[in-house]
Amino acid sequence: MSKTLFNSGHTACAGCGQSMAARLVIDAAGSNTIVANNTGCLEVFSTKYPETSWGVPFIHSLFENAAAVASGIESAVKYLGKGDEINIIAQAGDGGTADIGLQALSGMLERGHNILYVCYDNEAYMNTGVQRSGLTPFDTNTTTSPVGSASSGNLRPKKPMPEIANAHGIPYVATASAGLPLDLQRKVKKAISIKGPKYIQVHVPCPLGWRHETNLTINVAKLAVDTGLYPLIEYENGIISARRQITPKPVEEYLKVQGRFKHLLKNPEEIKKIQDIADNNIKKYGLKLEAS
Amino acid sequence: MKELLEGSLAVAEIVRLCKPGVISAYPITPQTHIVEELAQIVANGKLNAQFVNVESEHSAASTVLGSVACGVRSYTATSSQGLFLMAEVLYNIAGMRLPVIMTTAARAISAPINIWNDHQDVVSLRDSGWIQFHAEDIQEAVDLHLIAYRLGEDKSIMLPVMVCIDGFILTHGLETVNMPSQEEVDKFLPSYKAPYKLDVTNPLTLGPLVDPEFYTEARFALNETHKEALALIPKITVEFSKVFGRNYNGLIEGYQMKDAERVIVAMGSVCGTVKDVVDELRKKGKKVGLLKITSLRPFPASYIYEALKNIPKVAVIDRALSLGSFAPLAAEIKAVFFGRPKMPKTISSFVVGLGGRDITRESIKEIFRLLTGKEKQGEFIDLKPELLKESYE
Amino acid sequence: MFGPLVCKPGSSRNNKTGPWRTELRPKFLKKECIACNMCLVVCPEACISGQGKNNYDFDPDFCKGCGNCAAVCPKKDIEMVKEDSA
Repeated sequence: MSKTLFNSGHTACAGCGQSMAARLVIDAAGSNTIVANNTGCLEVFSTKYPETSWGVPFIHSLFENAAAVASGIESAVKYLGKGDEINIIAQAGDGGTADIGLQALSGMLERGHNILYVCYDNEAYMNTGVQRSGLTPFDTNTTTSPVGSASSGNLRPKKPMPEIANAHGIPYVATASAGLPLDLQRKVKKAISIKGPKYIQVHVPCPLGWRHETNLTINVAKLAVDTGLYPLIEYENGIISARRQITPKPVEEYLKVQGRFKHLLKNPEEIKKIQDIADNNIKKYGLKLEAS
Repeated sequence: MKELLEGSLAVAEIVRLCKPGVISAYPITPQTHIVEELAQIVANGKLNAQFVNVESEHSAASTVLGSVACGVRSYTATSSQGLFLMAEVLYNIAGMRLPVIMTTAARAISAPINIWNDHQDVVSLRDSGWIQFHAEDIQEAVDLHLIAYRLGEDKSIMLPVMVCIDGFILTHGLETVNMPSQEEVDKFLPSYKAPYKLDVTNPLTLGPLVDPEFYTEARFALNETHKEALALIPKITVEFSKVFGRNYNGLIEGYQMKDAERVIVAMGSVCGTVKDVVDELRKKGKKVGLLKITSLRPFPASYIYEALKNIPKVAVIDRALSLGSFAPLAAEIKAVFFGRPKMPKTISSFVVGLGGRDITRESIKEIFRLLTGKEKQGEFIDLKPELLKESYE
Repeated sequence: MFGPLVCKPGSSRNNKTGPWRTELRPKFLKKECIACNMCLVVCPEACISGQGKNNYDFDPDFCKGCGNCAAVCPKKDIEMVKEDSA
């Protein structure tokens, strides 16, 4: 057993990207941290009474209010004169962040609380059975954006959450990936070293919902980055300060290992649309590694 | 010290004296004067607290949930739709056993939108697990906040408490209030020492998933604690009277009950009007009285039984509805007597004063008058039947 | 008082998830290991420990057999093998 603040014995599915990332995040933040967690897979699989995986103070209240609960924690910690000593993390899944929890998150960011918000983005409501969220990618087959003769899956692209967070004028925004664990930990450490509201969105594969082999979690996450579908960006004080550059791989390599995109493989027109999303990202964020 | 104060300012002042470390609120009429005053108190440096201006009532309740979970005394206030937006969080706060204290400026609910006073908002939240007090006047509103903190934060209770004060009537009304000194408050209300909290030196998990193996017991324990609160409230009010010299039972209050033949049961500010009418009718030799319910939750059933068991005719005033069923307070008062050896001959139910319609002395007299006749069921007083004929066509 | 439902830190270690493994478990060959630590870093169960070359192993009480440790090992020094094999 490695020494960790997120312990074994949780009930996540085998190969869960969120359980990987959650441990990386809390171990990077350290034991002087209080966590407020929205309802979702992470809270359910890590805190089944009377047991908990957490080695730090942890509170779960409701689906949409971790950002507000964390605001109260931060205010209490400030009142107690420990504002500079204790890190506060609010965390949630993609639905809890981009959909039902967006208002509370926006309030937290706007009020300037010294809190790191972490969104574990597995691109659908996995805890309730793979329903579509605002962060579900275009053309994804989910249980509420099913593929049928009249549909090739989710109709809309991902909500631009990092840009929405950034638009609040906060000092630090980053995207990260479970496929690049050390990069994720570096970003968490950087975030907690900065005072004020911070937002990190971590791409976390879900073998169950994405329908990929359990041993492909890291590889699938990496492919999302390497195709340009999940750009890794850092914003500092509103400006892009760093980007992970790639030698872009065709999106098909990413799509073909996941059951949620299986319906696209014989549909070059739809794949083209997804390639366009990746190409736009590559252009927009300057992701392409130029041959030197 | 005696001062002429608006109800909201009096509440803000007593909250200041209770020294919460975190205050969070979202504006809604008629709660606003309370939180505006507290914001000013904090801005003037007269209270060392974090004042968190949130973006909704849902977040106001969630913010104080978080701060109380850190062991810091906290405060919020709301009304009507705001209370409903909080509802999900309120159940959660009670289930998590976090003693948040809140003032609710009782107000009608939408639709149709209406900002004036009744009890439809607060009475709807009676099953949330919160202790729910109803104040008759501004002095009682002030005093109930002290009792609320003392009770909710008691280690054997650890429950949130809502002090309901009638919107506008009490929040915006003026009254001479006996405001306690800081020394008196400190004597009665010790600083909050949380038996469990979010603390990096003792890293507990709060709010876990609870499966069928434990859930029933968790809810059972919550219900049992309400029974313990029922026993503790009169003890706390005895201590209260020792410090402040004002006597409350904290659960119910009888007025001219001794030989009464007709009694009105009511909550909140209407009790003042009922008392005036009782005085007037008593002068004419009518044996009438009032039973005021201060604590709706826990519901003081045995106290109510003792108070009403020998009263021939009882009228229950509801300023709320349970649409499609019996008026809520009346239903509970009636339930007190089922299967018990004694009971009033009739228990009539009246719905009065919805959405700020004045409850006048005449309204109350009409109720006493109707008590001489047959038992009434959910009878609306001061209804305007002519309006019901209007049509949208 | 029952009701606050407070959990003690790290208590999930009472819940052994090893029996979740259905077919495969990792086998640490301990020949080519360069102590890059990646198997430990990515393990979703936090059940891999070790320090220095050829010293890493997993805890069968918690391993769910997902196979990410074997997938990330740059030296192919971890194999997924049948649960009942040596």
